[in-house]
Amino acid sequence: MARVFSKKRIIFWASVALSFVLLPLVFDGGFSLSMLSQMGIAIIFVLSYNMLLGQTGLLSFGHAVYFGLGAFVTAHIVNFIDQGSFWFPITFVPIVGGITGLLFALVLGFVTTRRAGTPFAMISLGIAEMVAASALMFTTFFGGEGGIVTNRTAGGVVAGISYGPQIQVFYLIAGWCLISMMGMYAITRTPLGRLANAVRDNPERVKFIGYNPVRVRWLMMTLSGFFAGVAGALATINYEIITAEALGLMASGNVVLMAFIGGINHFWGPIIGAVLVTLLQSALSTYTQAWLLYFGLFFLIIILYSPGGIANILAMHAPVIKARLFKSLASSYLIIFLASVPLIVGTIAVIEILYRGGAILGMSSLVSWSSSLVLIVVGLVVFRFAQRRVKSVWASLDLELRKRGFV
Amino acid sequence: MEFFLVTLLNSLSYGLLLFMLSSGLTLIFSMMGVLNFAHASFYMLGAYFAYQIGAYTGFWIALFLAPLVVGVIGAFTERFGLRAVHRFGHVAELLFTFGLAYVIEEVVHLVWGRAPVNYRIPETLDFTLFTLFTTQYPAYRAFMMLVSVVMLITLYLLLTRTRVGLIVQASLTHPSMVEALGHNVPRVFMFVFAGGCALAGLAGVLGGNMFITEPGMAFAVGSIVFVVVVFGGMGSLVGAFIASLIIGAIQTFSVALNLSLLDFLNLFGLSISEDSFWYSGLSITISQTAPVLPYLLMVLMLIIRPRGLMGNRET
Amino acid sequence: MNQNVSLRLSEVRKSFGSTSIINGVSLDVFEGERHAIIGPNGAGKSTLFNLISGRYGLSAGRIELKGQDITNLDPQNINRSGLSRSFQITNIFPKMSVYENIRCATLWSLGYRYSLFRRISTIRSVRNRADEIIELIGLGDREEKLAGELTYAEQRALEIGITIASGSDVILLDEPTAGMSRAETNAAVELISKVTRQKTLLMVEHDMGVVFDLADRISVLVYGEIIATGSPSEIRSNQLVKDAYLGTQEGVH
Repeated sequence: MARVFSKKRIIFWASVALSFVLLPLVFDGGFSLSMLSQMGIAIIFVLSYNMLLGQTGLLSFGHAVYFGLGAFVTAHIVNFIDQGSFWFPITFVPIVGGITGLLFALVLGFVTTRRAGTPFAMISLGIAEMVAASALMFTTFFGGEGGIVTNRTAGGVVAGISYGPQIQVFYLIAGWCLISMMGMYAITRTPLGRLANAVRDNPERVKFIGYNPVRVRWLMMTLSGFFAGVAGALATINYEIITAEALGLMASGNVVLMAFIGGINHFWGPIIGAVLVTLLQSALSTYTQAWLLYFGLFFLIIILYSPGGIANILAMHAPVIKARLFKSLASSYLIIFLASVPLIVGTIAVIEILYRGGAILGMSSLVSWSSSLVLIVVGLVVFRFAQRRVKSVWASLDLELRKRGFV
Repeated sequence: MEFFLVTLLNSLSYGLLLFMLSSGLTLIFSMMGVLNFAHASFYMLGAYFAYQIGAYTGFWIALFLAPLVVGVIGAFTERFGLRAVHRFGHVAELLFTFGLAYVIEEVVHLVWGRAPVNYRIPETLDFTLFTLFTTQYPAYRAFMMLVSVVMLITLYLLLTRTRVGLIVQASLTHPSMVEALGHNVPRVFMFVFAGGCALAGLAGVLGGNMFITEPGMAFAVGSIVFVVVVFGGMGSLVGAFIASLIIGAIQTFSVALNLSLLDFLNLFGLSISEDSFWYSGLSITISQTAPVLPYLLMVLMLIIRPRGLMGNRET
Repeated sequence: MNQNVSLRLSEVRKSFGSTSIINGVSLDVFEGERHAIIGPNGAGKSTLFNLISGRYGLSAGRIELKGQDITNLDPQNINRSGLSRSFQITNIFPKMSVYENIRCATLWSLGYRYSLFRRISTIRSVRNRADEIIELIGLGDREEKLAGELTYAEQRALEIGITIASGSDVILLDEPTAGMSRAETNAAVELISKVTRQKTLLMVEHDMGVVFDLADRISVLVYGEIIATGSPSEIRSNQLVKDAYLGTQEGVH
């Protein structure tokens, strides 16, 4: 049991904790703080999703159901606290969300996890649609169009913390994020976590080594629902309002995109996706109306060129860096970067022209259009050339790496 | 009686529209094993293109051109998108279509804005065909049904009576064998995909002015089409047909029925006061539950009989 | 060789629709014996394995494992009762390492269920058993490789490793040497003898060299029926068998 508290492990999680503590000092300012809070919530949510997808092989299009239900129950509980019906510290309220998510996942999961693959995806979609549609029916619980409003300072000040200021809420989220990350990571190291991987790879074979793949899926679904509920609870606390949108298909689709863009094959992959997508959503949306389009295009590009996501791209370079061979890639990467600049700029220009009704940057419509199209064409040509070059460099690199035993 | 007949006719025209959509989806699924999430997006494109083209050329030419354009776009999607992702497996293909749906919706926002567009029924078809008791039945609905039926019969004949159709049918179940016999199966796939999209586009041309033409339409119809396909059995055209009619009927009837359990109880002389705890639950009318019903059916079907009414593939 | 019956098939039948694949197979496999099933393609050998291991349900008949009725039980329950099988088409966990493949297969027999509260890397018994098996199948230096990246022969060895990892008494191997070269086959035969010492082995094989090397007894399955059971020399000289399968070549070995 000595290995549980190995030095390396403690140092790792302590540094993560430390960086969480320091983040708001580096990124100060109201906007940054609220975005960091958003990221924390998204990280918990997307990691819970990847327990299903990356670890157990279950593609769900309705994961936001557990997030949303956790959020709504939490909202009602916080309101009860606010009214004085009972007292419970806000700090531990996310447990309520977690238990909500767990219970719903337990019940719904019993039915849904009997199938995998496409039937599971469809049934998750169906349930999500059902819940979203019912949300408008049961207005007392879901608050109708306006949702449910709460007050995160409910219950008064505890140990000097009221959760009024955003910084306090951030640290609450950061704390739960750390605990959740540690918990979900720990699960991957247990027999259940390993069996989940086996079920992902080959559910049939799992039966012949003595385990019921349905039971494995069901358990993972239940645990995943717990963490999704925690994320939902934190969202309620953070925004002080929760609407039916939170358990809708948009939210479910969002977490799929986040997980994939980040990379589902590594534990930390989806974290990248959550951070990046939250960043894009907040930052981009202030500059352009087309952010969702860019988002979708980015997702398509990832699927086409690197379905393992950004994490895969990074992991791919690890052996290269270890073998100190990165130099050979550097020049071809530079070229492809230079090539993609006109391509990307041109595409953005076209999109922005369309959104702004014909012209950008004070140029006339004709100039705008022609310069954008020229950029795109030039970019495409150079890009194809650069792409081929990168591919050939990688091919010889791959050979070299195998020869030297790095792969 | 009047209500029943009118609603029945309406559900028939809606059901046929659903079948046009779900038949394309079923063909694509049978052939490529991919559930095309973006299928309803092509439906939406059909409507918007018909609106746009029709503004210059009038409805009848748009009726012909718009599905063609959508088909071409479908062909491109298959050739440069799906085919590239094919080697990464079914999940990647599914996700590609998922991302595509996102992108198409945003492009529509981009070009035509977020508000509904004024895609109207052409004047030549905007009259009352007949009057059933006191309800006027619009000619356009009958036209929709006519086109649907003609299109579907054509499709059926194409698939069963022509050489191309035979190749397509064979590729549905044994693509590698067909390829071994010397046929260009990837090209067959591309045509089937394009054909399915064109069908969706045609449904859009017809449905877009009957119902509303706005960016949210893909999402709204898309979900129902999935329900139909899953309910009827993924991969079965007959199942899709039966399911389209059933789901179409359920949706059309339920939306119009303002009856609740409370009304049912009232029939027996029982009533509950408004203050009672049970009131809000029991007073939910069927029309209020209408949005949920198709999904409820789908979930039940997936639990009880995952291969649907007539399907033979579970995945 | 003991006279206890480890595996007993009684009048087992299986039809798919109107097609009858297994037409009344009765067989006793004794404890500790090495029993091979041979026969022409399409005879139903893999189907028989699927019936015994629970992958398919029986249309009629009974199967008993060490006296316990396992007819129509789920595969995982049959496995837990002490029967493991390998697959003709390699059926491993491709995105997991060799070590993890074996480790998962050891879990149930070492008492771990769907356990959430142990870190798997610290369970000594699991680690030791996994190391033992990996050494046995000769993949010690490939332990960290992803199973999907192994060579074909290495994957077949892994397949056998997964099968024996749970320490089951009754092992079913479905064409373990399929697709192997002569050298690979010899290595596989050695491996199989080693790992099935003191266990009951039921094996489907096409390679007659392997069969006559390993088997204590042989059963011949033709069109879903066993036409002969006996020692290798008995089978070799059996006329029915020669007509149906072995052919009239002298020195089949």
